[in-house]
Amino acid sequence: MDPALDITLTVNGTAVTRRVAARQHLVDFLRDELGLTGSHVGCEHGVCGACTVRVNGEIVRGCLMLAVQADGCRVETVEGLSDSQELAKLQKAFHEHNALQCGFCTPGMLMAAQDLLASGKKPSREDIRAHISGNYCRCTGYQSIVDAIEQVIRG
Amino acid sequence: MKAPSFAYAKARSLAEAFDLLERPGARVLAGGQSLIPSLNMRLAAPELLVDIGALPFREVQLRDGALRVGALVTHAALERSREVAERAPLLAEAARHVAHPAIRNRGTLGGSLALADPAAEYPAVALALEATLVLQGRGGERRVPASAFFKGLFETDLRAGEIVAAVELPAAERWAFRELARRHGDYAIVGLAGAARGAARRIAFFGVGATPVLAVHAAGETTLEGAQKALEKDLRPAADLYHSAATKLHLAKVLLARAWTQLSTSH
Amino acid sequence: MGKAELPLHAPGTQLDRGYIGQSVPRPNAQRLLQGRGAFIDDLRFPRLAHVAFFRSPYAHARIKNLQLEAARKSPGVIGVFDGRAVAEYCTPWIAVLAHLKGIRSPAQHAIALERACWQGEACAAVVAESRSQAEDAVALIEAEWQELPVVVDMEAALEGKTVIHPDLGDNICFKREFDTGGVDEAFARADVVVEETFHFGRHTGVCLEGRAILADYNAGEHSLTVYQATQAPHMMQDVFSRHLGIPEANVRVITKDVGGSFGIKVHVYPDEMATAALSVMLRRPVKFVADRLESFVSDIHAREHRCKVRLAASKGGEILAFELDDLTAIGPYSVYPRTSGIEGNQVVNLTGGPYRHQKYRAKMHVVFTNKNVTCQYRAVGHPIAVALTEGIVDIAARKLGMDPAEFRRRNLIADDAYPYTFPTGLKFEKLSHHKTLDLLLRTMNYPALRAEQENLRKRNIYRGIGLAAMIEVTNPSPAFYGVGGARISAQDGATLRLEPTGMLTVMCSVTEQGQGTEAVFAQIAASAVGVSLDKVRVITGDTGVTPYGGGTWASRGAGIGGEAVLQAGRALRANILDIAAAILKADKAELDVRGNQIIHRLTSEEKIPLSEVGRVAYFRPDTLPQQFQSELTVTRHYTPREYPFTFTNGIQASWLEVDPDTGFVRLLRHWCVEDAGTVINPMLVDEQIRGGVVQGIGAALYEECLYGPEGQILNGNMADYLVPMAGEMPDIVCAHVETPTRQSQLGAKGVGEAGTAGAPGAIMNAINDALAPLGARVTAMPFTPEKILKALGKV
Repeated sequence: MDPALDITLTVNGTAVTRRVAARQHLVDFLRDELGLTGSHVGCEHGVCGACTVRVNGEIVRGCLMLAVQADGCRVETVEGLSDSQELAKLQKAFHEHNALQCGFCTPGMLMAAQDLLASGKKPSREDIRAHISGNYCRCTGYQSIVDAIEQVIRG
Repeated sequence: MKAPSFAYAKARSLAEAFDLLERPGARVLAGGQSLIPSLNMRLAAPELLVDIGALPFREVQLRDGALRVGALVTHAALERSREVAERAPLLAEAARHVAHPAIRNRGTLGGSLALADPAAEYPAVALALEATLVLQGRGGERRVPASAFFKGLFETDLRAGEIVAAVELPAAERWAFRELARRHGDYAIVGLAGAARGAARRIAFFGVGATPVLAVHAAGETTLEGAQKALEKDLRPAADLYHSAATKLHLAKVLLARAWTQLSTSH
Repeated sequence: MGKAELPLHAPGTQLDRGYIGQSVPRPNAQRLLQGRGAFIDDLRFPRLAHVAFFRSPYAHARIKNLQLEAARKSPGVIGVFDGRAVAEYCTPWIAVLAHLKGIRSPAQHAIALERACWQGEACAAVVAESRSQAEDAVALIEAEWQELPVVVDMEAALEGKTVIHPDLGDNICFKREFDTGGVDEAFARADVVVEETFHFGRHTGVCLEGRAILADYNAGEHSLTVYQATQAPHMMQDVFSRHLGIPEANVRVITKDVGGSFGIKVHVYPDEMATAALSVMLRRPVKFVADRLESFVSDIHAREHRCKVRLAASKGGEILAFELDDLTAIGPYSVYPRTSGIEGNQVVNLTGGPYRHQKYRAKMHVVFTNKNVTCQYRAVGHPIAVALTEGIVDIAARKLGMDPAEFRRRNLIADDAYPYTFPTGLKFEKLSHHKTLDLLLRTMNYPALRAEQENLRKRNIYRGIGLAAMIEVTNPSPAFYGVGGARISAQDGATLRLEPTGMLTVMCSVTEQGQGTEAVFAQIAASAVGVSLDKVRVITGDTGVTPYGGGTWASRGAGIGGEAVLQAGRALRANILDIAAAILKADKAELDVRGNQIIHRLTSEEKIPLSEVGRVAYFRPDTLPQQFQSELTVTRHYTPREYPFTFTNGIQASWLEVDPDTGFVRLLRHWCVEDAGTVINPMLVDEQIRGGVVQGIGAALYEECLYGPEGQILNGNMADYLVPMAGEMPDIVCAHVETPTRQSQLGAKGVGEAGTAGAPGAIMNAINDALAPLGARVTAMPFTPEKILKALGKV
């Protein structure tokens, strides 16, 4: 009695076909159906940013998109961007600055940070703070995250 | 919180969308940035989500002196668009204040207008610019001025089976946008979207009631002091969780002061 | 001490602290950076079932006629259970401790039996194949409720016209009075008496990872393995064993990665106990993860206080006495096993903390209400004690016309006054209040900020400086809980094992939630043994693997667990040298371990690698003298013995601007100078402080669990409950003074909670400093624009 549809999408470069419940959101699909548990569920309101993934090159909240809406899309998660080395510079800077503690916000935070870097802009510290203002972190107080992103931007 | 069960169908044409919307318990799914959280929280229980994301409502074009923006244009696209920056900078500025980048990549202009959250930016922008909402129904197109569209709390003039297709925004000579929020991207405590043509000002407040409110008395005053006093006639804000009605009114006056010069003189 | 071990460096050689004092990036952060951590919700088990709870919509109501049949028939449902069904597998608990004289609480069950006492209390459980299906079934449960009178307001609770638990006679969970004597006399002879009432808003932890537990009962051997996001796995092992009736060693509690805790995940939660009971009942693994909405109504809340405080001072600026009347509202039950009386108790103990006064009187009441339960949350009573103390100190300074820094200087306990006994009986080993104050004022360039403040005031820009000096409880002995009868360990153990290839495995009973426990232990172990950091692997959070211990709480990880690691490391080094001496047929006194090599102690000549020691000891003991037995695994335990609590000290400052038109506060900068003894990893310490400061900022400006008159939470979601986000936070400057404790070789005190302890007070004082020229003052946290505008008379 749970209406389901077949979807085909590319996840981290691999084509995937699955039958999914219409009501399942994208991050639950990635975690539960594909075992990609790197993207996290923190609120399911779209506010905390822990579920941030990339769809067709744009960051989105994985909890605010249905898996069925991702049919035909190109989805990238933190695991994919780690293996492709796209996040390497940010991950190194995060590590050196201790821009993570418990690590739960980190995949989403890296997605948001990478989005800023990919924009090619030269943001100020205030701009960096504004760009990650939708990613909740309870552990770090944000400063080390801003420091890490700033370091990568300065090159 | 997991959403309750529902069916899903993606409309490939306007006609198909109207067919699907006639089914019991059908609701429009556009960006989903407001609908999906309400489903996750089990605040809504539709039987069928009709995904209109494939419909041709993504244009940004000049038409008869007004900027016509398709309902499915995302907040992010509005932020980036050169035409919007040139022809409707008030809208571009408002788009920057909507939530956060990841939400702006999915949320749509039409979705925000159709939801008509009292604390949302676009309804006030539409009111300030005297925008026209272009609605599509099975019977054809219906054009509704913003001043007649927002009727009550989450209540618009949209009829059953109708979809917002586009918004037409006339140009303004001067404009101002101000919003007070505790944190970047939050819904506004109080906000102001203002536009002026010649001597005429249209100042719309949001976060002050069930709908955006055009401060007609304030806009007609010639001095700031007079306008702030007149605001007491225009606004009867309700208290929210954190702010009394008196505070809302006070903050509205402060925003008016901060936008006054921009709206009053050419730049 | 007293076992065979060596000093960290040999006499005559260069002082070598190894990695201690270095800001080494955390080795275990790498997997988290790739999204390859393992949080409880990431785990997959065969036949894993999911539980969702039917929670009371009422704050106080009798449950009549719970109808579970429709839920039982819902697709995917394995079972639906009420309080009675679960009670057959899980016994109730009463959260009282003997050393909190007179504390009372009714018994609490895993699932409420007849009466729900707060909105959100679990009244039935649905186990299903998926969480979605469990929630679908919960929606089909119906109940008839007989609403009972609700107690929400703390003053009303104290007055007791409506009593929540009739058997108790009133709503008082715990009360305490303290009097040094001579207080009235001190106030009578004072030149200046100031008094104020401060309010602190109830708020909660909002850990990004919801509470999570996966219980796996094996009926074949009557054993229970629980994967749980908890700070105290051994404590939970004991709790599951006693309440589920499973022998202690048959219970294994494993913590994986934990997505933030801050004290929220150190308590016993009825829904988590129910989850474990259901696994036993159903003989299959059952998982529960609290979602965000239920977190707001079931995670512990904290810090709802009304504090009336008075301060007596001489006109020369000497504080003579403090007096306190503290009222705090908890939920309808004291929380197990630490009790909900501790926070208020700490406020009484810590008020006036940094100062030299001798006279103090306090009375404190902890009252039950029909709001969510409360218990220890990062820094426990400190944020309140510090804010009310520093708040009244600023008021006194202003009345005396003295600069607030100068007033503090006159009254801080002298740096050479130790050991010192504080009026409430607290014993301070050695603090450094003056040193930290000096360093703070220098680091922030206090005179320059005052000048800037003055200049900007002339242009109607209102900036404020707020100071908050503090003491903090760390490294507690059993004085905190054990003495009261709690089976909460104040000691910890570390087992160090040299592997055959020369790597070092460290297993320690202190746990990791992101603060860097494992990195710190790796640094200590590597330094103590003589290996490079990359050779060390740390294992925490598994009762089946590590020594028995207390886990993480009250800022004890580095000081207590670290000391156990150090002592074990030194002992292991001695054993390694015994083997090396036997292999090399050399004198042990001439050898040392450094950089994974056995070296000549004085010439530094490398003799053999540690991997050779491992090879011979494990695989070729036939080549060693016949009487010789190698021992490459060493365990040491440690608990502080001299001081019941190892106090630290610090001082914070906030520099901010208040917009008098909007009531908005803009945080410009924040400073924290902290003395936490030996600093093992400065970067990790600073980051703990920063994270703690921002939580304190949340308390001061944003966070409050708002309740309506019927005990309904009004803002129990992530959009309405405001947590600090990056856009509004300041940069935080940290500096350190190091006064090691003599109770351990490591000398480390605790620091995890310091940031949260001082920040709210510093922010409050800064806002009031900014508002002072406008004649306004705020006293009720969180300081929303509404409250500031009201104080300014604008609304």
